[in-house]
Amino acid sequence: MEHYNMNLTLKVWKQQNKNAQGGFETYSVKDISSEMSFLEMFDVLNEQLINEGKEPIAFDHDCREGICGMCSMHINGRAHGPWAGTTTCQLHMRAFKDGDTITVEPWRAGAFPVLKDLTVDRTAFDRIIEAGGYVSVNTGNAQDANCLPVDKHKADLAFAAAACIGCGACVAACKNSSAMLFVSAKVSQLALLPQGDPERQTRALNMVAQMDKEGFGSCTNTGACEAECPKEISLTNIARLNREFIGAGFSSEK
Amino acid sequence: MLNAKIPAGPLNTKWEDYKGHCKLVNPANKRSLEVIVIGTGLAGASAAASLGELGYKVKAFCFQDSPRRAHSIAAQGGINAAKNYQNDGDSVYRLFYDTVKGGDYRAREANVHRLAEVSGNIIDQCVAQGVPFAREYGGLLSNRSFGGTQVQRTFYAAGQTGQQLLLGAYSALERQVALGNVKMYSRHEMLDIVKIDGKARGIIARDLITGELERHFGHAVLICSGGYGNVFFLSTNAMGSNVTAAWKATKNGAYFANPCFTQIHPTCIPVSGDHQSKLTLMSESLRNDGRIWVPKKQNDTRKASEIPEDERDYYLERRYPAFGNLVPRDVASRAAKERCDAGYGVGTSKQAVFLDFAAAIERYGNIEAGKRQLSNLSKAEIIKLGKEVVAEKYGNLFDMYAKITGENPYEQPMRIYPAVHYTMGGLWVDYELQTTVPGLYSLGEANFSDHGANRLGASALMQGLADGYFVIPYTLGNYLADEIRTKAIPTDHPAFVEAENKVKETISKLMGIKGTKSVDHFHKKLGKIMWDKCGMARNEQGLKEAIEEIKALRAEFWKDVRVPGAEKEFNPELEKAGRVADFLELGELMCIDALQRRESCGGHFREESQTPDGEAQRDDANFSYVAAWEYKGPGQFELHKEELKFEEVIPSQRSYK
Repeated sequence: MEHYNMNLTLKVWKQQNKNAQGGFETYSVKDISSEMSFLEMFDVLNEQLINEGKEPIAFDHDCREGICGMCSMHINGRAHGPWAGTTTCQLHMRAFKDGDTITVEPWRAGAFPVLKDLTVDRTAFDRIIEAGGYVSVNTGNAQDANCLPVDKHKADLAFAAAACIGCGACVAACKNSSAMLFVSAKVSQLALLPQGDPERQTRALNMVAQMDKEGFGSCTNTGACEAECPKEISLTNIARLNREFIGAGFSSEK
Repeated sequence: MLNAKIPAGPLNTKWEDYKGHCKLVNPANKRSLEVIVIGTGLAGASAAASLGELGYKVKAFCFQDSPRRAHSIAAQGGINAAKNYQNDGDSVYRLFYDTVKGGDYRAREANVHRLAEVSGNIIDQCVAQGVPFAREYGGLLSNRSFGGTQVQRTFYAAGQTGQQLLLGAYSALERQVALGNVKMYSRHEMLDIVKIDGKARGIIARDLITGELERHFGHAVLICSGGYGNVFFLSTNAMGSNVTAAWKATKNGAYFANPCFTQIHPTCIPVSGDHQSKLTLMSESLRNDGRIWVPKKQNDTRKASEIPEDERDYYLERRYPAFGNLVPRDVASRAAKERCDAGYGVGTSKQAVFLDFAAAIERYGNIEAGKRQLSNLSKAEIIKLGKEVVAEKYGNLFDMYAKITGENPYEQPMRIYPAVHYTMGGLWVDYELQTTVPGLYSLGEANFSDHGANRLGASALMQGLADGYFVIPYTLGNYLADEIRTKAIPTDHPAFVEAENKVKETISKLMGIKGTKSVDHFHKKLGKIMWDKCGMARNEQGLKEAIEEIKALRAEFWKDVRVPGAEKEFNPELEKAGRVADFLELGELMCIDALQRRESCGGHFREESQTPDGEAQRDDANFSYVAAWEYKGPGQFELHKEELKFEEVIPSQRSYK
């Protein structure tokens, strides 16, 4: 792979806090290596800003290997930028070329208020999990693991759904700011496994109710969430959630 | 001499015996006992959830925006358990023995045996929670091998085992939050311990969004804040991973044990330039199927595909025929360094070796062709089938490698090099996981207890969950049973006021320096000192130099660091500054510890102490102890020793040949 350096113009959303009015600011960075990750390019910019006596840009990041779900930049109008199936931290600068202008925004959704610059509040996701994204089993109650065989195909599907990293890109990508892909991934994982069966109905009903309460929008089956999901969580999970939800609505005794 | 409070009796009945006799707290009393948990990785989340289930009032803290982000999430390869589902000779004793041997006989036998005993329960618990482990076609759980063992005892979920286990613990935690048993404080950082009458009674935390300081009372405090690998700046840890909580505990009287025991993981993506912010691990599980090699010729610049088989040196298979590519991490890392230092390294930097899947792809292709009863396939068709199998096993790791390097590991071998990954050292704890401060506990990577001088692969997840799910629920009760008469202490108590003022002072000092260099500038400098002089190989002269260099760097930091922004706002630079300030103190202690341990063991390789063929040479007569350091003031530490007594396993020169 050939390496090259580039000079870039960055238009970055700056916002002092939740209540302040935000706006774009323009920065330029020089000699960015194509081998850098996108966040390392931001490190270079922040180092430059600190050395100039200015305030660096606040952004969320932690593991930088695409699994913690903390990084969350909307890059040139796309959640996590141009590469498919990739988090912002795994996006590398060889996706760009010398002279490019890159626009970077925080996730845009009413349920994800901006805390500062590119950092948003995603605790709504935690509250949705609290509403039912678990199997109610206390520590110490478990039978031997192999007493519960699980069809490999279903186990694989459950794993594929469980791969969701909770980053919120689905919400950011959705024109309605719907959280259906996130909710459906958890509901699907547990609906596909025998362990999740006893609470299947209440889980679907309660998680959807919490999602609505948090102010996420409705799903109109556009598919932007699946297209932008860094873990490529499938839209079929939403179909499964709909079945679970409707089925629960008909048959739930509550 | 430190008292580890190891129960009497034979090794295999100690834990049963302890559980049968420890004190209990009745349900009504549990409701008025408050427990603070710092960190929400596998250890913290499992502890908080389990204690919440028991009925304690729990407050859990993490610096990330959600407890699900803790760095346990990034663990790839798997979790060990002595289930013996493969009928290949595994047992609790084998897991115990492998772990003690793997740790180069510097771990406490009783703790390790307990870990092996509860390992099976962990798998049961996780499956019950809906953790989607890999399964065979019959619906039963699948296993694979890891380094330092000859059985298949590792349970896994593709290359995302840590993620799935953490999400399991996180869901259990969120369930307790919903039930009102746990109150979660995300985007909060613990900045001091509050001690009253010698006991841990609370913490001072900073709300990272508003910058406000908060006081929280607890009858006990659990430090589950992970390891300190980021002292090296470049490591496989998350950017935010830090030692601050453990270090504040140290400064409040908890001893810090074996700080020099750090694990350098052999298979990471090599450094590519000065801009690098972190290193990425390629799971040890890849050594199940990948073969490690370098060219037989020095400074060979040919592409891997152009180097014929007989001109390749599969040096691990050559040096260690019994374990081959699956030797423990410390051994594999040193062997890679040896080859690169001798001029056989590959890639532009020459600081890398190949990890090659060509043979595995062909082997799996043939097996798959056999399974599907396909004959007369061309080599290309077999390779295609083989790639599919490899993708199912390691797909996410291969994708990650491709994204970072721009190279396709299905077509050409990966380039890998060792990197800092895990820290075996940590807060000294006794058998009950209590530090030297009553009421202050430490779980998971943050403590020192189970891995000796080298941790085996897939054992970190096991230990974190063992501590949180199956150990602390018993041992904490044994302490809290005597605290049922202690009413919640109001946080206007002078000890809280004093601790908060101390934190305030430190923050104001950091903000007030207004120097010329960024926090990262100092962090990178510290990392370079540590890597060069307290890294994969250490010697007396280098360590002495490092201590002086760190002292000087620390002084410069406190004179010249620039922390932009304000105190009472979301300020990531201020967070980093506090953490790096602590790393600058810890780094010195690591070098002091490495200097006093004039032997090689596990990940600690003193160049002065090696066997004729370059293996780590222990000195059991003089160093069979845990080095626990008491903080006595800036740069001042007093050494306390816990003698290690081996009743079951006779320490010997570790051999994987």
